[in-house]
Amino acid sequence: MKHLLDFIIKSKSTAGGSAILTLAPANGAALPEILPGQFVEIKVEDSPATMLRRPISVCDVTPDGRLVLLIKPVGDGTRRLCALPEGARINILLPLGRGFSPAAAGERVLLVGGGVGAAPLVYLSSKLAEAGAKVTVAIGGRSAADLAGVLELYPEGVETVCSTDDGSRGTPGLITANEAFTRAWDRICVCGPTPMMRAVARIARQRNITCEVSLENEMACGLGACLCCVEKTVEGNLCVCKDGPVFNINQLLWE
Amino acid sequence: MGINLEVDLGAGLKLKNPVLTASGTFGYGTEYADFIDLNRLGGFIVKGTTLNPREGNDSPRMAQTPMGMINAVGLQNKGVDHFIEHIYPTIKNLDTNVIVNVSGASVADYVAVAEKLAPLSDIPAIEVNISCPNVKAGGMAFGTTCAGAADVTAAVRRAWPRHLMVKLSPNVTDITEIALAAESAGADSVSLINTLLAMAIDVERQRPYLSTITGGLSGPAVKPIAVRMVWQVAKKVRIPVVGLGGISTAADALEFIMAGAAAVQIGTANFIDPTTTIKVIDGLTDYCHRHSVPALSSLRGII
Repeated sequence: MKHLLDFIIKSKSTAGGSAILTLAPANGAALPEILPGQFVEIKVEDSPATMLRRPISVCDVTPDGRLVLLIKPVGDGTRRLCALPEGARINILLPLGRGFSPAAAGERVLLVGGGVGAAPLVYLSSKLAEAGAKVTVAIGGRSAADLAGVLELYPEGVETVCSTDDGSRGTPGLITANEAFTRAWDRICVCGPTPMMRAVARIARQRNITCEVSLENEMACGLGACLCCVEKTVEGNLCVCKDGPVFNINQLLWE
Repeated sequence: MGINLEVDLGAGLKLKNPVLTASGTFGYGTEYADFIDLNRLGGFIVKGTTLNPREGNDSPRMAQTPMGMINAVGLQNKGVDHFIEHIYPTIKNLDTNVIVNVSGASVADYVAVAEKLAPLSDIPAIEVNISCPNVKAGGMAFGTTCAGAADVTAAVRRAWPRHLMVKLSPNVTDITEIALAAESAGADSVSLINTLLAMAIDVERQRPYLSTITGGLSGPAVKPIAVRMVWQVAKKVRIPVVGLGGISTAADALEFIMAGAAAVQIGTANFIDPTTTIKVIDGLTDYCHRHSVPALSSLRGII
């Protein structure tokens, strides 16, 4: 069941140039159940340039029922959302889409994130760890500043490694060159820029590892009604908002 | 005071209120069932349906513009047989009017779809789309000449026994001529406007936002144009006019009604607030109370 709910911004912080908003449902409403990899759509008030809701992936859900979103200011809408003060009220459509597959006990899972794309991996890592999976998170960024506070979002007990283009933090170079990729994995989950996701998908395919990617096509309704956000798949065009955003790479027509 | 919002569009299409949803913005209704009681709607118009399945255009299919959006979906749908077998059984028992939007690349296509839908007794009306700007063949090509509009309308008229609504394109010099052509050819109502042919360019990447370069503009940005066209058409035709284009509030709907629309369709606003339709219906009732109007239809065409 999807909901249209008002939330109050309870606290704000930053990580790697993005805003982290912790939100509580207004009027004591309960937070609907959210699965890792699902997303929400936020209404941006008073902006003619941003008429449509902004899709934002769920970064985390706290034990006391709060929603944590990591928002990178990239356009008019996200800039306005990042600028909202604590106490502000925002209207959210949630939960949307299909997330990552649940974990099998003992499953070895590598989570790969790039920049703000790392956001949904936080919630995913805790849910996978909770289910008894062995989880490592590998985050790539341009520089240490890009990753400031990002690795710290992950729960204790989840191994985190990183790579930066300029070598200012972690291993120098692309995340796909990180040592973590040389280990044995049952599944790789990826969220980030498309070139990075495609590179990881190629590695997974070569090594016959199950791979799930989270896509970010431009979307409008978020409900599978308008068919604006489709991705070509082996089953024809599917809606990223409803049939995704998470897809197994075997569904996609990626090389 | 009880307020009467009922509308009789003729040829058996009676609405409990004038609020319909625009094709392509409301899926098959069920996508919105978590948010609203579909039975409260005057009706909803399902996604454009064609004879054969269509994959539609390549991504990207959508660009946001100030108070609007440009889409180039290109009539993606699984075809009329899929609708009849898999969708119709799930929506036919709703206590509202389920109207099917019909599209085609040739007159024969439109007729074939209408013939297949004709036995479905719980579909009181079809809306013939002669105005889609996002397909290479057919679509808008039929809606931009009087002869084309008349050909499609007359042919479908022979195949479809119940209410026949014809959806008009605004991408013409004089929309009233096309409306009159559809009326003469047997349409029971006309709906307008479909999207305006539009284009947006990403200057940083130096390329169009859409895979198809051009697409159809909808949303509040188009509303004043749509109100003007509804007003012009309503002065010319005798059949009911269904108005659409950028309606988000009851006041927007009232503009169309005062301009001459018997009913309205809500489209893009569903993407921003999935409860828009219900808010508009409740807002119309409130308006009638505030202005002591017992029957909303008395405001039709007062301008």
